[in-house]
Amino acid sequence: MLSLLWLIPALPFAGFTILALAGFRLSRRGVALIGVGSVGLSAFLTLVLGGSFLLSPPAGQAFTQTLWSWIDVAGFRPEIAFRLDALSLIMILVVTFVGFLIHLYSADFMIDEEGYSRFFAYMNLFVGAMLTLVLADNLLLLYLGWEGVGLCSYLLIGFWYREPENGRAARKAFIVTRVGDAAMAVGLFLLFAQLGTLQIQELMQRAPAQWAVDSGAAIAAAALLLGGAVGKSAQLPLQTWLPDAMAGPSPVSALIHAATMVTAGVYLIARTNVLFSLAPSVMSAVAIVGALTLLLAGFSALTQRDIKRVLAYSTISQIGYMFLALGVGAWSAAIFHFMTHAFFKALLFLGAGTIIIRLHHEHDMFKMGGLRREMPTTFWTFLIGSASLAAIPLLTAGFYSKDQILWSAWSSSAGSPWLWAAGLVGALLTSLYTFRMVFLTFYGEREPLVQELSPVPRLGVRVRLPLVVLAVLSVVGGLVDLPRTLGNLPLLSDFLHSVLPAANMAAEGVGTELLFQVIAGAVSLGGVYLAYLLILRRRQVVEGWTASPLGSALHRLWFAGWGFDWLYDTLFVRPYVWIARTNRRDVVDLFYEGLARLAEVLHGLLSRTQTGRVRWYAAGIALGAVVVIALAVLL
Amino acid sequence: MASVSMEYGLILAGILFTLGLAGVLVRRNLLFMLLSIEIMLNAAGLAFVVAGARWAQPDGQVIFLFILTLAAAEVSVGLALILQFYRHVKTLDADAADEMRG
Repeated sequence: MLSLLWLIPALPFAGFTILALAGFRLSRRGVALIGVGSVGLSAFLTLVLGGSFLLSPPAGQAFTQTLWSWIDVAGFRPEIAFRLDALSLIMILVVTFVGFLIHLYSADFMIDEEGYSRFFAYMNLFVGAMLTLVLADNLLLLYLGWEGVGLCSYLLIGFWYREPENGRAARKAFIVTRVGDAAMAVGLFLLFAQLGTLQIQELMQRAPAQWAVDSGAAIAAAALLLGGAVGKSAQLPLQTWLPDAMAGPSPVSALIHAATMVTAGVYLIARTNVLFSLAPSVMSAVAIVGALTLLLAGFSALTQRDIKRVLAYSTISQIGYMFLALGVGAWSAAIFHFMTHAFFKALLFLGAGTIIIRLHHEHDMFKMGGLRREMPTTFWTFLIGSASLAAIPLLTAGFYSKDQILWSAWSSSAGSPWLWAAGLVGALLTSLYTFRMVFLTFYGEREPLVQELSPVPRLGVRVRLPLVVLAVLSVVGGLVDLPRTLGNLPLLSDFLHSVLPAANMAAEGVGTELLFQVIAGAVSLGGVYLAYLLILRRRQVVEGWTASPLGSALHRLWFAGWGFDWLYDTLFVRPYVWIARTNRRDVVDLFYEGLARLAEVLHGLLSRTQTGRVRWYAAGIALGAVVVIALAVLL
Repeated sequence: MASVSMEYGLILAGILFTLGLAGVLVRRNLLFMLLSIEIMLNAAGLAFVVAGARWAQPDGQVIFLFILTLAAAEVSVGLALILQFYRHVKTLDADAADEMRG
């Protein structure tokens, strides 16, 4: 049964091939059937394989399928091999299921688009590459998937390529992530040079045998891999591309820039956790990067007007939580949060997509308002997704995963009160900006744009079904891992223990954990209440703050994402453009051009003597003979 | 045999050569240029004969015979060229054929 593993990534690739080669001949129905069907089959197969994996676990809790050897050069022999274990099973379940729901949604959502088959071709290619990434048994194949998803991200951000701005956003995403990818490639070279293999399992055995804890090589390798993860997952300092990536269609934002691709960095770090355990200083760096990112992105999300940019900053911030969890050694908490985040963030993006389409491509939340009655399905599902994002206690999946991270940040041996405090402030910010978005969009006065809305038929079933299913998952998804204070049923963590070691928790009492959960819950509810007060009751208070000089300066800083774009523009882009412009005429070539010019001038002088008159030549010969003879006689 | 001293002979040859060279450089008519070249050749031949007489060697006169045949060949080729030239540019002015100006 498990030997069908290769079909899971192969089906989306096959879908891509058909759509790319023959997509323009197919009807929209056919395109949707192939595009959605390939991922749907893949999801079904994943479910079957997952069931068989759980019922009769293979030896060693892992199944490896080697298809063929890719390259065989002087002892370097990466194979096309897929490995199914607890970690990759969770990942492919989320990727194929959320991917399938988003494809289903897109079949309706993108129906009026010109590049319908192109869209599904790219989306299928993305799912295939993402599955290759998570199933890869060696780092080179993982890197292939890694670059594949980067390529699809570029193609899909620039899907509406007629707008130059979208092309710019696509290039920005590609180039900024490439910075991280370059670091990761160097990391792979280092690992191969030092340990002689890229096969992940062998690496994880050889690394502790060969490298001491905190040795230079281990730190360098872990730091370089972290560089790749930071780029892909839009963490500090390479987070600037994600808000601009919202130029793509909403399903793309949901699939690539919320649920799956941007969490590839989290997966990479969890996959190579042995390496990171050997470098405690890099682990702390991961935690600090996560904590800083979640705070900075949270503040930025507070000030955005564009609903998708709020969600983009929120994604950056939530991945910051995952990095925080990884940094304190709570590997399974990070994967847990990845899973719940994939559910509720995909839901929010899909919901935002329906709003944007309904309002004729209006992204500005301040022009929405009062949509609650106009779009009931979107409203209820969006509300559930927001509640999960804001981690409303007990009811939502987001609460369970985020609470696990906060608790680990406090009680893990690598944790610290500072990291916990950052997470807690981040939780307040999260519920504040999330419900600011909800209140601005669905409550309050109906803005003119909303009043003009003509009643249209309800959303199609292909749009409603993904919304409802994801909403259900955003609620019940948390039940797979209940903390010991609330049922003590850590199914997911236990399942992942065969791959990811347990966090090294200090022995704290159950009472303390309960206290922390109460604090986290109170903070999250407090954020919602604060948002209610500031947006719906006392809007003038906020307006007063933003009008004050300090407030408006902060607002501008946060709105621009802490000025990172400006900084990189000044530090890298503009000098580079200046050098390029200066060098347009090729500075080095000036010397050679001068040489050529000199030869030309001399040639011009000499060609004057070529009069074409035979008598002049004769005179020249005579004169030369006289000179030569004179010299011969005189010397 | 009363002999003329070599210096006079060589000076005569030099004068003839100079006259011929001046003729080539100054004259524009191709026929006259050809004639001047003949004079220069004969000047060279004279110098060989004089030098051969001075050292009582036959080589000088042998070389003169060579120069004679050379001159005959040169004149025949030269005249043929002049004929073609005249057909082409309808004049004998050497300076009219400056098409190969650099």
